[in-house]
Amino acid sequence: MKKILSLILAVLMVCPLLTACGGSGTSSQYPNGEVNVLNWGEYISDGQDGTLDVIEQFQQETGIKVNYNVCPDNETLYANLQQGDSYDVIIPSDYMISRLIDEGMLTPLNFDNIPNASDVDPKFLNPAYDPDNAYSVPYMWGTVGIIYNTTMVDEAITSWDSLFDKKYAGQVLMINNSRDAIGVALKDLGYSYNTTNQAQITEAVNLLIQQKQNGIVQAYVMDEIFDKLEGGEAAMGVYYAGDYLTMYENNQDLAFVVPSEGSNIFTDAMCIPAGAANQANAEKFINFMCSKDVGVANCEAIGYSSPLMSVVEALDPAITADPVAYPSDEVLASCEAFLNLPEDILKFYDSEWLRLKA
Amino acid sequence: MKNKGLAVPYVAWLAIFVVAPLILVLIYAFHDGSRFTLDNFRVMGTYAAVFGRSFLLAAIATLICILIGYPVAWFLAREGAGMRRIATILIMLPMWMNFLLRTYSWMSILENTGLLNTLFQKIGLISLVNGIFGTNYTYFSMINTQGAIVLGMVYNYLPFMILPIFTVIEKIDPRLIEAAQDLGANSAVVFRKLIFPLSVPGILSGVTMVFVPSVATFAISRLLGGGMVTLLGDLIEAQFLGGAYNPYLGSAISLVMMVIVLVCMAVMNRFGEGEEEAMLL
Repeated sequence: MKKILSLILAVLMVCPLLTACGGSGTSSQYPNGEVNVLNWGEYISDGQDGTLDVIEQFQQETGIKVNYNVCPDNETLYANLQQGDSYDVIIPSDYMISRLIDEGMLTPLNFDNIPNASDVDPKFLNPAYDPDNAYSVPYMWGTVGIIYNTTMVDEAITSWDSLFDKKYAGQVLMINNSRDAIGVALKDLGYSYNTTNQAQITEAVNLLIQQKQNGIVQAYVMDEIFDKLEGGEAAMGVYYAGDYLTMYENNQDLAFVVPSEGSNIFTDAMCIPAGAANQANAEKFINFMCSKDVGVANCEAIGYSSPLMSVVEALDPAITADPVAYPSDEVLASCEAFLNLPEDILKFYDSEWLRLKA
Repeated sequence: MKNKGLAVPYVAWLAIFVVAPLILVLIYAFHDGSRFTLDNFRVMGTYAAVFGRSFLLAAIATLICILIGYPVAWFLAREGAGMRRIATILIMLPMWMNFLLRTYSWMSILENTGLLNTLFQKIGLISLVNGIFGTNYTYFSMINTQGAIVLGMVYNYLPFMILPIFTVIEKIDPRLIEAAQDLGANSAVVFRKLIFPLSVPGILSGVTMVFVPSVATFAISRLLGGGMVTLLGDLIEAQFLGGAYNPYLGSAISLVMMVIVLVCMAVMNRFGEGEEEAMLL
């Protein structure tokens, strides 16, 4: 009994320490309500390594408490919304935004409350995923391309063809999701990412099956690619430009290219789900994220590219001159964004993906 | 027994977090979002290959776990108390670390440029093999294979095989063994006629605890199998978190999987009961 008592006392004594470290103040500190934000992991400047803590700054300036959550991908975000999780600000990618709009799951924004949105570069206005520019304000954008190890190839990689070249057997990493992987094959064949022609999709998957059967693919990976490319485990892989910049910091042998056939340009944009409880606070948050200093801090922290003109001007010229983060208009013109596909094509993607992986 | 009230919290827990979700899975499996239907089961044939592979890999992993786990449990049960305690802690120790981290570290061990291949290169094993077989390896392919998936299952679930067998063998009355020896049985006969039949319940619960999570795993196949093949866990996950978002089909696949697992277990338990009855006779 004595032992149990002393154990309980010990635990009680440690508790205040934990709450002192973990707690972030009381609700009286935030008189103006709250806002529930859902973002990707590692996708905001969070105060690490002396950067600006964007969330804390917003809370102090506005007196609004931010409940910050992260999720791994668009499909999980969609499942979360379907299951009735309530968020006030979400940052989905282009094709998911058009799907959410189609299904009536977003609220139109009141741009009077988001004056900073006027800073968005006109080339990002009225995008294909939100043609009336009513539901979204772009947050970050970037391209997909081939990241390769210059010491493990004997030529400059310029085309998707290299991913299907037998001489790189066992050296190629493909993205482990159907849209991106089948997209690579579609582009290599000269088709659109958004084709709804089943014959073209089948042809693309046949190419992927051949690639797998010839032993060219080493593995289908998502974030495991960081370790594998940085460690020289594979010669090349398909991934995002922003993540390449992170990998490059750890291995200077790596290079990035947007293949000449064109590639995917993606935009992640801030939206408010239909039925959000705190729309006014959500618009304040979006406006805050579009301010110059916050945009610069975010860009410097995560390495992706900003659609805000003042931010691009204010960034270190070494960053904005880098064709990886800010490719030329010519390269951008060759790129294509993902659009939402009709449901039967999404199902077809799933069954074709299974044909590849079964 | 009088205080049934004490069980209420756990019964409520079971009802909310086990029974209710199962009922939801059942309803979803026979639904397509607008009406009740059997459509989800009509397409199940397309996934036969995935079902077959998952059950095969899980069965292989379970068999290996028995082959490795039984002798370990057997020798452990015959050791002194101190040795047993240390060994039990050592067997449990990996489980104090997160499952994903453990699996992730196997990636660095098995990779082409990983720890094992570097070791093989340093000790000259790879050039030795090349010399003998006239091959031209620079590394042994271990990661991204079905073998690596089985290895991951065995590594992660082996403790669940050892511990129940150990518990059962430990409880065998030593007087039974003495009696058998007095009646002239040598150690092989003692094992075959006495110890093994008595330890079958332990093997059965070990098999359940290894086989079921192995069938449903998806992290292992992704990390160690390199996403080259789809297992049931991947397939089900893709229905909930994939592009086509079809929780109804996902529930139907889960349901079929659960039913097959239940049938396997029932058949096995029948077999187990037979063993015990034979003992009594």
